[in-house]
Amino acid sequence: MRRAVFGQATGIIVTLLGLLILTFVIGRIMPVDPVRAIVGEDAPREVYDRVFRQLGLDRPVWEQFLLYLRDVLRFDFGTSIRTGQPVLEDIKRVLPATIELATFAIIIGASLGIAMGVTAAVNKDRWPDHVIRIVSLMGHSMPIFWTGMIGLLIFYAALGWVGGSGRMSQFYIGMVPETTGFLLIDSAIAGEWDVFKSALRHLILPASLLGYSSAAYITRMTRSFMLDQLGQEYVTTARVKGLSSRQTVWRHAFANIRVQLVTIVALAYGSLLEGAVLIETVFAWPGFGQYLTSNLLIGDMNAVMTCVLVVGVIFIGLNILSDLLYRVFDPRTR
Amino acid sequence: MTSTSPILQVENLSVRYPGSAVPAVRNLSFTVGRERLGIVGESGSGKSTVGRAILRLLHGAALTADRLQFEDVDLLAATERQMLSVRGRRITMILQDPKFSLNPIQRVGAQVAEAFRTHFACSKAEARAKSIAMLEAVQIRDADRVYDLYPHEVSGGMGQRVMIAMMLLTNPDLVIADEPTSALDVTVRLNVLTILDDLVRDKGIGLLIISHDLNLVRNFCDRVLIMYAGQVVEELAARDLDRATHPYTRGLIAAQPRIGGSRQPLAVLDRQDAWETDRGAQP
Repeated sequence: MRRAVFGQATGIIVTLLGLLILTFVIGRIMPVDPVRAIVGEDAPREVYDRVFRQLGLDRPVWEQFLLYLRDVLRFDFGTSIRTGQPVLEDIKRVLPATIELATFAIIIGASLGIAMGVTAAVNKDRWPDHVIRIVSLMGHSMPIFWTGMIGLLIFYAALGWVGGSGRMSQFYIGMVPETTGFLLIDSAIAGEWDVFKSALRHLILPASLLGYSSAAYITRMTRSFMLDQLGQEYVTTARVKGLSSRQTVWRHAFANIRVQLVTIVALAYGSLLEGAVLIETVFAWPGFGQYLTSNLLIGDMNAVMTCVLVVGVIFIGLNILSDLLYRVFDPRTR
Repeated sequence: MTSTSPILQVENLSVRYPGSAVPAVRNLSFTVGRERLGIVGESGSGKSTVGRAILRLLHGAALTADRLQFEDVDLLAATERQMLSVRGRRITMILQDPKFSLNPIQRVGAQVAEAFRTHFACSKAEARAKSIAMLEAVQIRDADRVYDLYPHEVSGGMGQRVMIAMMLLTNPDLVIADEPTSALDVTVRLNVLTILDDLVRDKGIGLLIISHDLNLVRNFCDRVLIMYAGQVVEELAARDLDRATHPYTRGLIAAQPRIGGSRQPLAVLDRQDAWETDRGAQP
């Protein structure tokens, strides 16, 4: 057990180091001159050279990497050229917005996807299976920016059931202090229930649409995991014991696919955190995807490198979490 | 032990799997009393299908019979709800390989207890005590410890004894044993079968052993049905197995190796269409 923990810790450190090398290399090979980005196009030669030395670009590459490592360990990620603020501050602002959205989306997506997948498997080749296949195929094939716009047209513009773009109504912006950055939590702490309601109304549509699109994938995987289990002998044993079909499915077969589900739900969650760019754009959601994309487009290297690092850390974190859940769900891995 | 009033009566049972041209089981008739009946046949002869058909666990397959009567229950007409109270309570089935037939992520004791709790209202502690007593009855020493093990932590022989405990715990009237020892080491086969046999005799349970092993049915059954291509070709008392008259049965017996027998290649079955008596006659 101790050896397993040690092995895992080493694995994490090696992965992190690899990730840092990767971001460092990305910073070097991008066709962006970091000095020009700071001093501007028309700066005189001596200003350029001074900044060049300040950034340590005259030193050998390995020394530059150690300097980068030192900065990262101090949580100093430099300043974003675009926003003029420390990158860390920017990330602290945009990441909670995305986590809030992605978490709601994955809760919706996982519950919908798992329910549909199990139903499809249990009713294989009968009408519920066919209906679910069509529903999930639609979720898979409709581009999210399009469903986003159609969703806004129907549920916001026509029906008025949900809020429009942004995280809350313009009216409430700045009303609650940013303690955690999670608007629902902040407004609940401040006791501003109107803000809370507004935030929820704004969250529900983009989260549902994202959830629907990840449900498509989760449904398909759940269905195939489940079919695999339903063909096993222990399922027959459960039926022979006199358990109903429903009890057999949930108590026995479903319990055996939890490990696999954890993996795919964690992956889906990870990709929602990194890649909700399109929906964030359509809904003017000030989140991580938008931040990363706009910095990438103007070559704001400090910000881009940090974003890549954040995505990497998120995936490492999700991996650790799913490893832990493996141990909980499967006695054979203990 | 002879058959008194039958527990199970099967008349002209046929089963056809969807998408299959020939039925897996054709016009099968037999009765089981408080005795041990063996069904012997080669792979694909339909013998396993019989067990699952009796429990009505063949989803999607077409099942027809003139009569499928289990004590007071007409298994053909029974609703799923009625079947739930028959399965596991009055008819149970021991499956082949404990490696696959036990749920890998549940403690074996919990799986045994579940069989009891499904049919009897009782506390968890009661079910545990009952299960441990049953595990002891199948000669598991240290049953208290074994109760909390997972299937991958027990041996094949012990796993199969757990299976037997699970299936006898509710005191059923009929136990179907589908190849109960095929997956076990030769050394533990006899042991497991003897345990099963003792319990079944003690409680007067009807036992239907489905097997491909002629010696097993010879030693542990009262009567034997020989199945070939979904039909019964011969029925005889187990002790008369050597006096079988049907060429298929004679062929099976001849194809068995014997210690000290000749070193010549074993006899090979010379299959004849005539053995499948009513294939042509059926509409």
